[in-house]
Amino acid sequence: MGQDYVLNKDYFIDVIKDLIVLAEEKRDYFTGLDSAIGDGDHGINLSIGFREVEKNLEEWAKEDLTTFFRKVGMALLSKVGGSAGPLYGSFFMKFGTPANGKDEVNFQEFYEMFKVAVESIEARGKAVVGEKTMVDALRPGLDAFEKAIEEGLAPKEAFNKFKEAANEGADSTIPLVAKKGRAMRLGERAVGHKDPGAASSAAFIETFYNKLP
Amino acid sequence: MTMKRLINDPYDVVEEMIDGYVRAHKDYVKVLENDGRVVVSKKAPVKDKVGVIIGGGSGHEPLFLGYVGEGFADAAVIGNINTSPSPEPCYNAVKAVDAGKGCIYLYGNYAGDVMNFDMGAEMAAADGIRVETVLVTDDVVSSENIEDRRGVAGDVFVFKAAAAKADLGGDLDEVKAAAEKANANTRSMGVALSSATLPATGKPIFEMEDGDMEIGMGIHGEPGVRRGKIEPADKVIDQIMDHILADMPLESGDEVAVLVNSLGATPLIDLHICYRRVDQILEEKGVKVHRAYVGPFATSMDMAGMSVTITKLDDELKQLLDHPCDTPYLTIK
Repeated sequence: MGQDYVLNKDYFIDVIKDLIVLAEEKRDYFTGLDSAIGDGDHGINLSIGFREVEKNLEEWAKEDLTTFFRKVGMALLSKVGGSAGPLYGSFFMKFGTPANGKDEVNFQEFYEMFKVAVESIEARGKAVVGEKTMVDALRPGLDAFEKAIEEGLAPKEAFNKFKEAANEGADSTIPLVAKKGRAMRLGERAVGHKDPGAASSAAFIETFYNKLP
Repeated sequence: MTMKRLINDPYDVVEEMIDGYVRAHKDYVKVLENDGRVVVSKKAPVKDKVGVIIGGGSGHEPLFLGYVGEGFADAAVIGNINTSPSPEPCYNAVKAVDAGKGCIYLYGNYAGDVMNFDMGAEMAAADGIRVETVLVTDDVVSSENIEDRRGVAGDVFVFKAAAAKADLGGDLDEVKAAAEKANANTRSMGVALSSATLPATGKPIFEMEDGDMEIGMGIHGEPGVRRGKIEPADKVIDQIMDHILADMPLESGDEVAVLVNSLGATPLIDLHICYRRVDQILEEKGVKVHRAYVGPFATSMDMAGMSVTITKLDDELKQLLDHPCDTPYLTIK
């Protein structure tokens, strides 16, 4: 599958650059979502984390993909804090491992990167679908991606399924009662609001999609 | 509305606050050389004492760093505004204050804090240092299940009890038991009259109609149980005490510690009017107030509002709360 579809380091660095822009542009949007059902810090903390990534990007870009993403993950882990720090930190620290120290990956490895990264968020947050968290965007997204690959869709089309399912998954959190995080204590009052973590996760996936060749 | 806050670059608020704090209180504390987010007592590590580490997001001052000092916490780990600290400073705090008897993490029960402190404890465990954790869960209206509740101003009494136990030479299991006992006997509830302002956005965390109040709101602006027009102090306190006493019934002859806490913008004159009503209600029930504290102890920046914390005491908890401590924001002689 997709053996000749190769994603090189430039692709990933472009994605990270776009994520840096996204974290600034969507800061007040994510923070607004979080104010409705959490503590209003999600957007600000993501921007703090990605500002740290931006500061070091040029230096880290010299590294192989595994090391590069480990450093991105550790920066988010150490600068963001809260729930988003450990969750996105774990995501990126794991994300580069299937690249095995190389500077480029084939499409199978690209799929595996998301697989291990999403699993690490599930393990760290101990969350499953339906609890009004990031997992509501990421798990259905990854499952749709996997199914699309099995069905033999072309790489970019397959990843489009990830993007679509992640966006639908983020929207699906609107009517949910939260079972995890600060919103958990709101009960019915969280209903009607999109989960900020699910929203940022879906936006991240869309960023990966937009840069695909 | 323009933000009425005296700050510089909003992205520097935490660092500059810590820098100012250690300059002002240099007789008590220092910041770790290898980690700017860990404030440690000048006395730490204290020989043969369990290390007491407290922490959480910024914006609740004097919580947490204000309670670092002799007889109280050995270190505070400091996160961004309303945000848990990351795992590394949690771990660095352990390395700085552990005296060979292990450490205890004490903090309010929030998902982010649990993830980060747990990762810090895992890192310490890899070094062979035992770290136990007690989560404070005093906010009565935040959940039906006590273990799901968030921690608010009750932090102060729970931290104090555990720290005193450590100072009296208790081992890690005894310190943990003291913290759990204090937490099990502590209940809080608050009311918000306005939102705090987030420095980075310059905007309120949540919208609130001028003249409204929200009963049961959390210290980060988590929605409470009821919103309505601001009512007289006695009426508000009556509702708060109804919730607290329904959750933790008190009988004639019981003894308690009371904390009437400002969320930041509510002045001492109002707080004492609130305290008066709390004391009257307890007096009517024949409950004796062993210790009372009135002031800003666990705040939410510039939020207007207050909270009431009641801790039911036995002889051990009385001894622990009475135990001397000397910190910039709580001194007991």
